[in-house]
Amino acid sequence: MKGIAVSTTVNGDAVEYVCHGRETLLDVLRNHLGLTGAKEGCGTGDCGACSVTLDGELVCSCLVLGAEVEGRTVETIEGMADGDKLHPLQKRFLDGAALQCGICTPGFLIAAKALLDRNNNPSESEIRYALAGNLCRCTGYDKIVRAVSAAAGDMRRQQKAQARRRATR
Amino acid sequence: MGADAITSRANSKIAGAVGTAVPHDSARLHATGRAAYTDDIPEPRDVLHLAVGMSAKPHARIRRIDLAAVISAPGVVAVMTAADIPGENNCGPVVHDDPILAPGLVQYVGQAVFSVAAGSVDQARRAVRLAKIEYEALDPILDIRKAIAAKSFVLPTQKIERGDSKSAIANAAHRLNGSATLGGQDQFYLEGQIAMALPAEDGDLFVYSSTQHPGEIQLLVAEATGKTLKDVIVECRRMGGAFGGKESQPALIACIAALMAQKTGRACKLRLDRDTDMIMTGKRHDFVVDYEVGFNERGRIEGIEFMFASRCGMSVDLSGAINDRAMFHCDNAYFLDNVTIVSHRCKTNTVSNTAFRGFGGPQGMFGIELVVDDIARHLGVDPLEVRRENFYGIGERDTTQYRQKVEDNIIHEIVDELVRTSDYRKRVAKVREFNQASPVLKRGIALTPVKFGISFTATHLNQAGALLHVYTDGTVHLNHGGTEMGQGLFTKVAQVVANELQIDIDRIKITASDTSKVPNASATAASSGSDMNGKAAQIAAKKIKDRLTEFAANHFSVTELDVVFGNNEVRAGNNTVSFAELVRLAWFSRISLSATGFYRTPKINYDRATFSGRPFFYFAYGAAVSEVIIDTLTGEHRLTRVDILHDCGASLNPAIDMGQIQGGFIQGVGWLTSEELWWNAEGELKTHAPSTYKIPACSDVPEDFRVRMLESSPNREETIYRSKAVGEPPLMLSLSVFHAIRDAVASVSNNTRRPRLDSPATPEAVLNAVTEQQVSE
Ligand code: FES
Ligand code: FES
Repeated sequence: MKGIAVSTTVNGDAVEYVCHGRETLLDVLRNHLGLTGAKEGCGTGDCGACSVTLDGELVCSCLVLGAEVEGRTVETIEGMADGDKLHPLQKRFLDGAALQCGICTPGFLIAAKALLDRNNNPSESEIRYALAGNLCRCTGYDKIVRAVSAAAGDMRRQQKAQARRRATR
Repeated sequence: MGADAITSRANSKIAGAVGTAVPHDSARLHATGRAAYTDDIPEPRDVLHLAVGMSAKPHARIRRIDLAAVISAPGVVAVMTAADIPGENNCGPVVHDDPILAPGLVQYVGQAVFSVAAGSVDQARRAVRLAKIEYEALDPILDIRKAIAAKSFVLPTQKIERGDSKSAIANAAHRLNGSATLGGQDQFYLEGQIAMALPAEDGDLFVYSSTQHPGEIQLLVAEATGKTLKDVIVECRRMGGAFGGKESQPALIACIAALMAQKTGRACKLRLDRDTDMIMTGKRHDFVVDYEVGFNERGRIEGIEFMFASRCGMSVDLSGAINDRAMFHCDNAYFLDNVTIVSHRCKTNTVSNTAFRGFGGPQGMFGIELVVDDIARHLGVDPLEVRRENFYGIGERDTTQYRQKVEDNIIHEIVDELVRTSDYRKRVAKVREFNQASPVLKRGIALTPVKFGISFTATHLNQAGALLHVYTDGTVHLNHGGTEMGQGLFTKVAQVVANELQIDIDRIKITASDTSKVPNASATAASSGSDMNGKAAQIAAKKIKDRLTEFAANHFSVTELDVVFGNNEVRAGNNTVSFAELVRLAWFSRISLSATGFYRTPKINYDRATFSGRPFFYFAYGAAVSEVIIDTLTGEHRLTRVDILHDCGASLNPAIDMGQIQGGFIQGVGWLTSEELWWNAEGELKTHAPSTYKIPACSDVPEDFRVRMLESSPNREETIYRSKAVGEPPLMLSLSVFHAIRDAVASVSNNTRRPRLDSPATPEAVLNAVTEQQVSE
């Protein structure tokens, strides 16, 4: 089978790889790029464990072909923290014990970030709805919803503080 | 509460002490995507990927297997059938009736027949489909009632009898009988079954397996490859969920990977895709329950007879102990005086059912809760009154049907408190009021208790080991026989060691379960993980602490009583040194800084032949009130409020325990309401992916979810820091949801008819039950 050369941006870095036409973005991330944070829970778009964003849009990477992301921008869990500095969502998941086996966690974090990026003050039912495509078998979800809600608050406070700093400058 | 537990809890200034809500040890790795699960472990360059060819028939002799097209498919390096297995063709944990690859007879659709090794996952999975298998079909038995009629059993029928149930029922003021079917459940761990086997020097094998039981993988791999236990090492750092589904089931996967690694001399990895995983591996047993009961006018049970029959599938697996546990839990929190329990273990041509959180206990409890609810509806009283009427007493009516005295009964306190905090009475009245005025939407509410026995019922399994090294900088390497599946076991055990040595938890390295470090470990199961491994680690830590104490006393010329460990320091009389400094001094004086710990659960003893004795060290308790609303036109329901009060003893880690309660409960709700396993008449499972098999999602969880842990209620038995096991018991709190739905259904006939509702209470099942209520009006 002939390979397809792809250039794309992953977590801010320019990346090039050669993949087969049948390989999914999930395969590419995990097997070619060594980014194993996205997981395969079903392979059919029903569990959200493989969540990444593509040009800022939440997608199941098991449903996207590796060849499709030519020239586009992919964000994965590996790019969420700023070096050692965790994203507020990551921090809240950690402190709020919103994870158990942790295998669904990257997917939830990516999906939650996609939500908060477009709505920084979601209601509880908006959170539940936005995360309904991500399955977790361990936690019972309650702590996940709370963590997302708390992180939204953190982010709003951060944004306000930044705005104040800018105004006083 | 033991004095030691009180003092060590109170004095701890260290980070991560027992009783604090430290985050899961891997939380940071989980949240950054860097926690390595088995599929994330870097593969050797020459790794081969495996796929498994499955039986298409539920029961057939294999006439011919033609693998020519498979062998010549792109990328294929090797194929393997039963004939290629050098050792024993078995992955059955108890009875050797579970072939790794079917040896000529297939007994369920999805049974492994052959395996393929290829250069990529895709190549292996595509090649598998090219096989031509000719079958000679045999008659299958697919369901429980047929199996009973044909006397098709994997194990002999068992019976527990006490008193004279026949005449007690005959002489009772009231009598009822009934039956229900109760569906199984797929574990649906988000990480599917997986193993990677690496050939090592001199034919040895190193196996990464996502397993709750590395020791058993080691044994079965050794037997299959014709090696001995010393030639095989099995390691598991963490699992992406397990729930019992990785107790015996990973052996099949690991054995295939190991056999292929042995055959090809290359690393071999087998990861099942979701559909294959669901078709090929075992699930929670589905049951039918029949009962006959006699009771007085207050609903007190005077005599009861149960018939439980479960679908075990094609082999024994863990079905013996699972069905025993169902028999041990069909009392739940109720005293059954004159009782007969019959348990059939049905052999069917379906996948061999296996462990799943609760291990038969939930099915047993389902039976008695059905009876109690039926009694209440027959008498026209609140089911809670009948439940209370039948609770085990304190100092009387306190012996289980298997002759264990219930010595730690706190169900009365729990239920009283929950009735108060959940506002149960007022809400029952409100529900009735609402239903009077609402013809289509109906509300229902129920309170159900849980009493769950803790210990493996097979007494010999109640043992655990730990290994502790202290290095010269005062940091610690911790290992034990337990496995981490998300339940937080590794964190809890590290807390115990931190507490014992009085050092911060981040000075302790938590390490992967490894058969070469702690041998012969039992499965991490039966909720016993932290009870047993915590104790073993505590014993190891105490050994080292004792040596350090003796050394410090000598070194500083004080008595041993003057040596006190606290807050990362050790005080010896007037001298205070850091823990690390003391360790360094001890090393200079040639003191051993490594120890093993071994624990065996005390007090338990039980005679399987007579079903009597003390199988359980203690009981864990809890209760839940659930409220639902159903749509009588569609059968759909919504869970509107849940109040839980659960007993964790003196919790080792409230954050982790809270997660177990919430997660277990929701998992139980899935079992009883939405997770439907459906096989067609050809024995094919048709619900084998999340598209057709519905586990609860974020949007299904009650918005009003009030979960509390029972306060100041240390375990009366001397467990690790007086905590209680919490893995399984909360799952059964979900019976409150099933009975709330039943309550809503019963309101359709104005509570004049017993509802006939099978589990899971899917919209279809609820609609059928509603229709029956209407027809009989
Ligand atoms: S693996 Fe992509 S949605 Fe499940
Ligand atoms: S934490 Fe295990 S699946 Fe979500």
